Amino acid sequence: MITLLSGNEAFARGAYEANVKVVSSYPGTPSTEITENLRNYPLIYAEWAVNEKVALEVAAGASLAGKRAMTCMKHVGLNVAADPLMTLSYTGVNGGLVIIVCDDPGMHSSQNEQDSRHYAMFSKLPMLEPSDSMEAKEFLIQAFEISEKFECPVLIRSTTRLSHSKSKVELKEQKITKEGNIEINPDKWVMVPANAKKKHIIVEERLKQLQIFFETAEINKTELNSKNLGFICSGIIYQYVKEVFPDASIFKLAAVYPLPIKRINEFLTKVKDVYIIEELDPFLERELRAEGLTVRTPKRPICGEMSPDIIKNIFLKNKKTTKNIYNDLPARPPNLCAGCAHRGIFYAISKLKLFVTGDIGCYTLGYLSPLNAIHSCICMGASISMAHGIDKATDGNYSKKAVAVIGDSTFLHTGINGLINAVYNKGCSTVIILDNRTTAMTGHQDNPATGITLKGESTYKLNFIELAKALGLKNITTVDPTDVEKCITILKEETNKDELSLIITTKACLYADKSVISNPHSIEWDKCTGCKLCLKLGCPAISFNIEENKASIDITLCTGCTLCVKVCKFSAISEYTTNDD
Amino acid sequence: MMTNVLMVGVGGQGIILASDILSEVALLSNYDVKKNEIHGMSQRGGAVVSHIRIGNKVYAPIISEGAADFIISFEKMEFLRYMEYINNRTMLLLNTQVIYPLSVTSGKAAYPNSLIEDGIKRFTKAYQFDALELALSIGNPRVISSIILGALSVFLPFSYSIWENTIINRVPKNTSSLNIKGFNKGREITKNP
Repeated sequence: MITLLSGNEAFARGAYEANVKVVSSYPGTPSTEITENLRNYPLIYAEWAVNEKVALEVAAGASLAGKRAMTCMKHVGLNVAADPLMTLSYTGVNGGLVIIVCDDPGMHSSQNEQDSRHYAMFSKLPMLEPSDSMEAKEFLIQAFEISEKFECPVLIRSTTRLSHSKSKVELKEQKITKEGNIEINPDKWVMVPANAKKKHIIVEERLKQLQIFFETAEINKTELNSKNLGFICSGIIYQYVKEVFPDASIFKLAAVYPLPIKRINEFLTKVKDVYIIEELDPFLERELRAEGLTVRTPKRPICGEMSPDIIKNIFLKNKKTTKNIYNDLPARPPNLCAGCAHRGIFYAISKLKLFVTGDIGCYTLGYLSPLNAIHSCICMGASISMAHGIDKATDGNYSKKAVAVIGDSTFLHTGINGLINAVYNKGCSTVIILDNRTTAMTGHQDNPATGITLKGESTYKLNFIELAKALGLKNITTVDPTDVEKCITILKEETNKDELSLIITTKACLYADKSVISNPHSIEWDKCTGCKLCLKLGCPAISFNIEENKASIDITLCTGCTLCVKVCKFSAISEYTTNDD
Repeated sequence: MMTNVLMVGVGGQGIILASDILSEVALLSNYDVKKNEIHGMSQRGGAVVSHIRIGNKVYAPIISEGAADFIISFEKMEFLRYMEYINNRTMLLLNTQVIYPLSVTSGKAAYPNSLIEDGIKRFTKAYQFDALELALSIGNPRVISSIILGALSVFLPFSYSIWENTIINRVPKNTSSLNIKGFNKGREITKNP
């Protein structure tokens, strides 16, 4: 059967066809849908882990137990999982183990543009890179075979364009694979120096063997067409090159590490001008040059996404560039949703002009005008530890004017470590957990605080207050973030304390719990003075009519959070009723 | 044959479903098809764009500059963001429904009415219709996508029955007859303008 699947849906299907037993992942764009789709495969145990390091370790345990295991993450997630990755390369695997890492060239929804191919070289592990959905599924199946053949984890790299593009996929039957048993072999799995020293030699030898394997592996393909023009490329770039130069010869790398040097050399003797085209870092270029190969590398941007148009611009000298003549259009940046309750605490923070160390997730949107209530955002969990650093650097003084804000899922990911550290080291910063009962930014996944698993089963629901008490926090406050006055009072009190404080704002995300949505509100124009105070909330449902000097609410967007009712000084806003006049 | 369709609009307007339906219709009509969209933050009112490429063999999932055959704008100004994709044969299907960007609602920028007028003139063929009004006349604002697909379907070589079956399969069960009604209404716009 042939069907259209996104790259991510195809990876999930591949996990099924490859007879994977255990998948553990943390959500992150553009990787989330792989694991989310596994909900539809009852034979696969799939879970949301609290972070990528834990996820990879769960997969490693399943591999040790003799079963096929997988973990999927966004590029920056692999930084978190890098610790187990580097040493799993030494231990090797029992059941097949595959790590799918999704890069985000162009940074459609990421904080950096790192090229994860370096991790393959760094960890001395093989990395495959599919170029469409069919290959996503097939390469995953082959990755498990390679993992078991060479007894090592295998990396698969995707990018946003591959993960989120749909193309044809032929669905096949599930493979029958040999079921393994738990491996009791401490010399292999206990990485004390004596064992690790022996293992490092094996890792180096394995890499040579992998290179020999990829020299002949059918998965790397030579397409001989033109004798004059050829390209070396991999992944989605292959499709771009084919689009622009359908008649060129192509050496299509399925494995971007290690490289089949002999075969590439052979290709170079058959085609006159061979260019390397890649996205982000000159990874293939450096590898091939280090091997002494003479390849051409066009001048291309290192930053941002590659595209057929960029390839045309490089090679086709007479290409007509079509520019958009309308370059000053009002933008549509993402925004906190109309009715997001947590806008209230940002409004309060903004009003008190506090310095805010921020974190990853929806709440990064508090950075935008008019709230302007985020002053730093580096990585998952950094808000709490950075606030502690500011506290210590200013002898506690700046903590009176600063807060750390972090979402529920991000807190459980790696924020919790920073909080334990701050308690232990007698910090006096103020931490706010904005608890919206879901992992919202990536599309509303469950987490330990929602009490529901990936497969929809109910489980223990983590209690932030009890947790904070156990960590040793003395000042724990909860507040409804839509109660702006109370938010302001509590923020003043807690930031003034010479002790660490935790404020928890609990209100469900509109998309996680539709019951928080209530009747829309509207503005009575005879009461509205045009003071624009309600506009300071930055709610997408509120607009300003310049001619009339009045604000109004779009009732199709309003979710009845009543924040604007609370900030309006003229009682002009009330529940919407159909006017009978 | 290669047909490049660019669907543009605002998060929440049903662009992803509409592009899924078009892609599936093309697949069922034995064409190769690839589609790509940038989403993720689209639910939060951001601009959304979906590239759909239909042909005997499709490589890149994204349309090149100057290569769009159709620009389907689900919102009145959104097509202006993608003018680099048009050529002198590109057709514009424009839903004249207006959704103000935050910079307009906050009074910082004006909605670009004159640019819209200017932009429409740059297409050799343009159809304008208020899909929201048409949808409301059918009785459900959520059939906008089906109306727009209907308007597009007149220009594509796919059979009516494949469109009909695909729409019925992909929309919520209790809305299928309304969506087919919307699809037919959309066909009338471009058949008898």
